[in-house]
Amino acid sequence: MTTTTLAVLVPLLPFLGAAAGLLLGRSAPGFVRPLAVLPTLAATVLAALVAVRQGGGRPISVSTQLTPTGSVPIDLALYLDGFAVLVAVLVGVVASCVQIYSTAYLRDDPRYPSYAALVSLFTSAMLLVVYSGDLMVLLVGWEIMGICSYFLVGHYWETPEARAASLKAFLVTKLGDVPFLFGLFALAVDAGTFRITGILGAVAAGALDHPTLVALLLLAGVAGKSAQFPLHTWLPDAMAGPTPVSALIHAATMVAAGVYFVARLLPVFTASAAALVVLAVMAAITMVGSALAALAQDDIKRVLAYSTIGQLGYMSGALAVGDRGAAVFHLLSHGAFKALLFLAAGVIIHAAGTNSLAAMSRMSGLAKRIPDAYWTMTIALLALVAIPPFAGFFSKEAVLVAAEHTALGESAVAPAVAGWAVLVSGLLTALLTAAYATRLWLLTFRGRGAEAPDHGRQPLAMTAVLWVLAVPSLAFGLTAGFIDDWFHGRPLQPTLTTAVLGTGVALVGGLVTYATWRHTTALAARVPMGAVAAHPEAEPAVSEAEAITSHEPVYGDIAAAPDPADPGRLLLGPLHRPAAAGFHLDAVYHALFVRPVTAGAELVRFLDREVVDTYVRGAGTGTNWLGWLVRRAQTGNVQTYLSALLAGSVVLAIAVVLVAAGV
Amino acid sequence: MILAHAVTQTGNGFLSPTGVEIAFLLVGIATLAAAVLTVTTRQLVHAALWLVVALGGLAVEYLLLTAEFIAWVQVLIYVGSVVVLLLFGLMLTKAPIGRSADADSGNRPAALVVAAASATALVWVVVDAFRTTWIDLEGPAQGSTRVSGEILFRHWVLPFEALSVLLLAALVGAIVLSRKSPQDREGKN
Amino acid sequence: MHLAYPAVLSVLLFCTGLYGVLARRNAILVLMSVELMLNAVNLNLVAFDVWLRDALHSGQALTLFTIAIAAAEIGIGLAIVLMVYRNRGTSDIDKLRDTAEGHEPADATAPAEKAEATA
Repeated sequence: MTTTTLAVLVPLLPFLGAAAGLLLGRSAPGFVRPLAVLPTLAATVLAALVAVRQGGGRPISVSTQLTPTGSVPIDLALYLDGFAVLVAVLVGVVASCVQIYSTAYLRDDPRYPSYAALVSLFTSAMLLVVYSGDLMVLLVGWEIMGICSYFLVGHYWETPEARAASLKAFLVTKLGDVPFLFGLFALAVDAGTFRITGILGAVAAGALDHPTLVALLLLAGVAGKSAQFPLHTWLPDAMAGPTPVSALIHAATMVAAGVYFVARLLPVFTASAAALVVLAVMAAITMVGSALAALAQDDIKRVLAYSTIGQLGYMSGALAVGDRGAAVFHLLSHGAFKALLFLAAGVIIHAAGTNSLAAMSRMSGLAKRIPDAYWTMTIALLALVAIPPFAGFFSKEAVLVAAEHTALGESAVAPAVAGWAVLVSGLLTALLTAAYATRLWLLTFRGRGAEAPDHGRQPLAMTAVLWVLAVPSLAFGLTAGFIDDWFHGRPLQPTLTTAVLGTGVALVGGLVTYATWRHTTALAARVPMGAVAAHPEAEPAVSEAEAITSHEPVYGDIAAAPDPADPGRLLLGPLHRPAAAGFHLDAVYHALFVRPVTAGAELVRFLDREVVDTYVRGAGTGTNWLGWLVRRAQTGNVQTYLSALLAGSVVLAIAVVLVAAGV
Repeated sequence: MILAHAVTQTGNGFLSPTGVEIAFLLVGIATLAAAVLTVTTRQLVHAALWLVVALGGLAVEYLLLTAEFIAWVQVLIYVGSVVVLLLFGLMLTKAPIGRSADADSGNRPAALVVAAASATALVWVVVDAFRTTWIDLEGPAQGSTRVSGEILFRHWVLPFEALSVLLLAALVGAIVLSRKSPQDREGKN
Repeated sequence: MHLAYPAVLSVLLFCTGLYGVLARRNAILVLMSVELMLNAVNLNLVAFDVWLRDALHSGQALTLFTIAIAAAEIGIGLAIVLMVYRNRGTSDIDKLRDTAEGHEPADATAPAEKAEATA
């Protein structure tokens, strides 16, 4: 088979799997698991094969046009370059891991068939986005991902949190998608085509009339999808979905789609310095803010969610300084270790019976209960903190090096101010990342107090997947030496300055947190708190759903816990409260958008009830009165009827005679 | 002008009536008066009797129009049977003998208006259309029994037979309708 | 003879009958008025037949038919009036208002009473 055929099969197989799963889910439950896992695995293998064949060489661009579509043609096009094939492999690997993990995690869920089919559909859509060479086809995959995310976040729709979160995720990403659509059209009108190759050619020829406008419109969609400030607020709430969904969609793949999109169309963005500065500022705010917020979260998954936002900020930062190689490199390594972090968090939540770090810090022996999760989580956290030689170190260094180059004026792609913003905020975030990662690790695995409850052995399908993902988290960074060939970009090896700086601030952050923890942990014994959901027999998802539901009633807040033993509380000081609430951005949005909309709805309701309905009721009442009036005529007396009839006839006859006489 | 011209041409003016016309007019007035009394009298039985006068008057008018067979049929059927039937009907429904105060319904003013309006309209139209038309009554009688019999059984046989079926149906229907229902008979017993 | 005489007489008789139909309360009187109207039509038919000297004498033939039909009509009509009278105890047209708006169906005892009264 040719590489093109293989590449077409990659998104097609999960799609067929999803369709078959949806069709057969009820009638043949035995086929659901194979249908969920096998197509994804096959797609992964094929994606790897495509990657090997493409080999970082010249981009493969093929297209076919099904039907003419007016002035701007829409093609079914593939555009396989180094980025595409590598990201596809990442998507395949993570999706396969998540599918395998889900067979155990949701083993007794009555909605497992639809869940697995939606995950497959999502995988297919993401692969379509990755491979597509036409922006309209890309948009199709983009929107399918959005709707799948909506359904999967709302998987536990019995809980109000999940319902609200799925709606919020959908609305906020749509808020970004509207300008994104306008941006796509503007871009296509300027370039005369939706083909990526055509657009890149048009940009190179300087044919774009409004590069800044187009870039800013596209950035809105990217901010929505990739959870960048100010449209990031949906991602922490989306953690109300099942953990495997968080791992796949809200850590490794979908949220990376925005970054990937910018990477593909980077020349469009570099054509406008203003857009790059905006992107850099956005990335800087996102990075620092999310790292601060992560330090204050109590829910382990929300910590990871804010961490995801921060790492996406790194990628945006790399794009803002015009280095897509670094961005996609970080995307790949982050996809691996963040998926691992989430999947391990799922195991931890199941084993501990809670998602609250405060409750876990009052539990001892959690690490012994789940050694697989303990070790793999440690690896993934080290990768997140960017300690050499883990994957995160290399990719983050690549970003910092790119920022440094720009800041020092060695690269002319982006303005120096963008470079400085990314570099400074990147280093600051490295410090904070180390702090919250250390806090997470200490609170989870070094808790003191009662023995952790026994929830039985974790299923092999869950623990094995962790080790599979641990391999790239450990070793992917070592590919930095030759992966830059695939990107046709700047070398991605770390330089001494940034390596020392980055690792140094990370070590400082970790050590300070450790010291604080030593200081505060004594308090933990004095303030007992926490609620544990123990379901040793049930599937892990039950514990998680219960933990999410019970967090707010137990701790008074969905995100934070009033725990004096929390080192984050001491570290953040007065910042803790706003940080826990996501710097009250939700409240601001509530005041700015939700309340006016609600008020508008109230007004519309009032107008509808009191004004429009008055007319409707008036029409009804008027007709009633008219009917009452006309009813008077129905006397039942035949003579009256006959009189009226004849009178009418006489009048008509006279009229006819008069007309005939021509009067 | 047209009227005057027509009158002078035919020589049959309204101001110089023939004998037949005078007779027709007088009998017509009597007939109309009887008819008006029929629909206005407060004594129900008198109404039937005035109807006899009106129908008889019409028979005379038929005679004056030389339709003698129809005149005799009129006398036989209307005066002889229909009015008798009506009188029986009055008796069977226990109509009050003598003056009854409520012989007219509340619809009387409307009826008066409608009738007057239609009378005005029709008279106007008819007079306007036929004021100069002259019926020539000379020659052989057009409605003698012989003539009527000939045309009836030569040209109108099929309708005549169909009419006999209609009469039969009416006969059966009248019997069925006037029969007392079984329930009533039981109540009687 | 002028055609206007029988025509006008016919019109006036017809309208008299019309008035009777619309104004009389007793159903049998209404039937009498109907007879008047029919006769007015008959007069018209005869007059025009004579005036036109129709070879088939359609007017006279139709008059004969009308008379026969009128006889049938009066027979059926009277039978109906009698039945109504037996059932309702009255033959006053303006009291037969079953089709009026908001009319309550007559209570079941009324026909029975009338039947007894008739008996």
